[in-house]
Amino acid sequence: MTDGYSEKVMEHFANPRNVGEIKDADGIGKVGNPVCGDVMWIYIKVKDDRLEDVKFKTFGCGAAIATSSMITEMAKGKTLEEALKISRGNVADALDGLPPIKMHCSNLAADGLHAAIKDYLEKSGKKMELPKIETAEEHG
Amino acid sequence: MDHSATTAANPAVTEAMLPYFSENFGNPSSLYSIGRQARRAIEEARQKVADLIGAKKEEIIFTGSGTESDNLAIKGIAYKNRKKGDHIITSSIEHHAVLHVCKYLESQGFKVTYLPVNKDGIVNPADVEKAITSQTILITIMHANNEIGTLQPLEDIGKIAREKNIPFHTDAVQTAGKLPLDVEALGVSLLSMSAHKMYGPKGVGALYLRKGIFIEPLFHGGGHERNLRSGTENVPGIVGFGKAAELAKQRFPEEAKLADLRDRLIKGVLEIKDSYLNGHPTKRLPNNANFRFSYIEGESMILNLDMKGVSASTGSACSSTSLEPSHVLMAIGLKPEEAHGSLRLTLGLGNTQDDVDYVVSVLPEIVNKLRMISPLGR
Repeated sequence: MTDGYSEKVMEHFANPRNVGEIKDADGIGKVGNPVCGDVMWIYIKVKDDRLEDVKFKTFGCGAAIATSSMITEMAKGKTLEEALKISRGNVADALDGLPPIKMHCSNLAADGLHAAIKDYLEKSGKKMELPKIETAEEHG
Repeated sequence: MDHSATTAANPAVTEAMLPYFSENFGNPSSLYSIGRQARRAIEEARQKVADLIGAKKEEIIFTGSGTESDNLAIKGIAYKNRKKGDHIITSSIEHHAVLHVCKYLESQGFKVTYLPVNKDGIVNPADVEKAITSQTILITIMHANNEIGTLQPLEDIGKIAREKNIPFHTDAVQTAGKLPLDVEALGVSLLSMSAHKMYGPKGVGALYLRKGIFIEPLFHGGGHERNLRSGTENVPGIVGFGKAAELAKQRFPEEAKLADLRDRLIKGVLEIKDSYLNGHPTKRLPNNANFRFSYIEGESMILNLDMKGVSASTGSACSSTSLEPSHVLMAIGLKPEEAHGSLRLTLGLGNTQDDVDYVVSVLPEIVNKLRMISPLGR
């Protein structure tokens, strides 16, 4: 467990950034599944195609909480286009890596962010090329 | 507070072992004096382990672990009785050292009945009786569950096994050295135990095999341990096991007192909103408390407790390598998301009332913090 986590993961886990909901969010991404043990909700506020604010709520293990915290920091201030390019691998790298077993199941934050942007685009009627979003079912 | 995982070897145990690494290095099979000394030490240890469970000295076989004892018992009976029958009865909440052996035997053509348990994790002896067929060659039901601490009604199951003349094995790894055991009263014909759960060394276990019950060995070779476990004996380990068993017997009253600490812990923790006890309120190991908390996940609780200096464990998939929630918690009827929120605290003799009060004081804050982060439960 802790043996497998980097200091950076533990630091984000102990002091998660940007926890909470955005009441009037422009987009919400909900990924994961309580049966698998990870559920992640990412809230975004968009202004001029830029992520003005990003917050999260997560049920899950240390890796799930740390990746959620990390992606809010990575995405804040980025344009939608830039934010869509953030991958699962980028999040793991920014945390100095994740234990192999956590790479698949708990590394959902990038999916959550992309899902939130997709939700925003649908609500606002805007069109953008979206990367393929992996769904919770694939993490059964 | 994770004493069911393992315990530190008692200093008196390591002291007893030390000479057998250096000055008394003899091979117990050698006929010259240092060999004879090692042989004598093993036989003394065998007597002490036998005394711990009310067995005769010649009914104890030393092995390399509790897992090996389970393997030797179950496969040993199965292979010996292949011509007689092919059916084994066990429970759905056994340790993997039993469950995976049964699964393996199924792949070898044996048939296994996995009995259900009630919501407290208890096997109904009537279910055991109903499951018996003319082909049944073994009943194997654990004494106390390693996760939720529930104690099984072994005496009742033992009576049934005796009436039907079927060998009855129990995995007593969690109770041997913690509770006074008597193989006669329990009615078991085979019993597995492990030294490192009773303040003894790792790498040594034992199997009680009642006189008149016959098994096939797993290891063939020089014929050690009455031809049932070939391989040069782990002399220091066995001596340490003997010492640990001797000390454990003197410590039973202290172990029983852990139940008071356990109950204090349970009462304190259940003050937390939406928290529940897993397992039976009283028919459980004196040192085991297992909880579940709605809306949060176990590994993140353990990491937070660790930051506060408390060691614990969970049945959440997220802390295991299998990514499956605990089979025990599923068998008592929990949903996967409930099993993910479980927390096991197991007390040891070194724990004090202050330790318990400390956990009770820091846990609500941890649960609240994680619930604040969680999107569930609104």
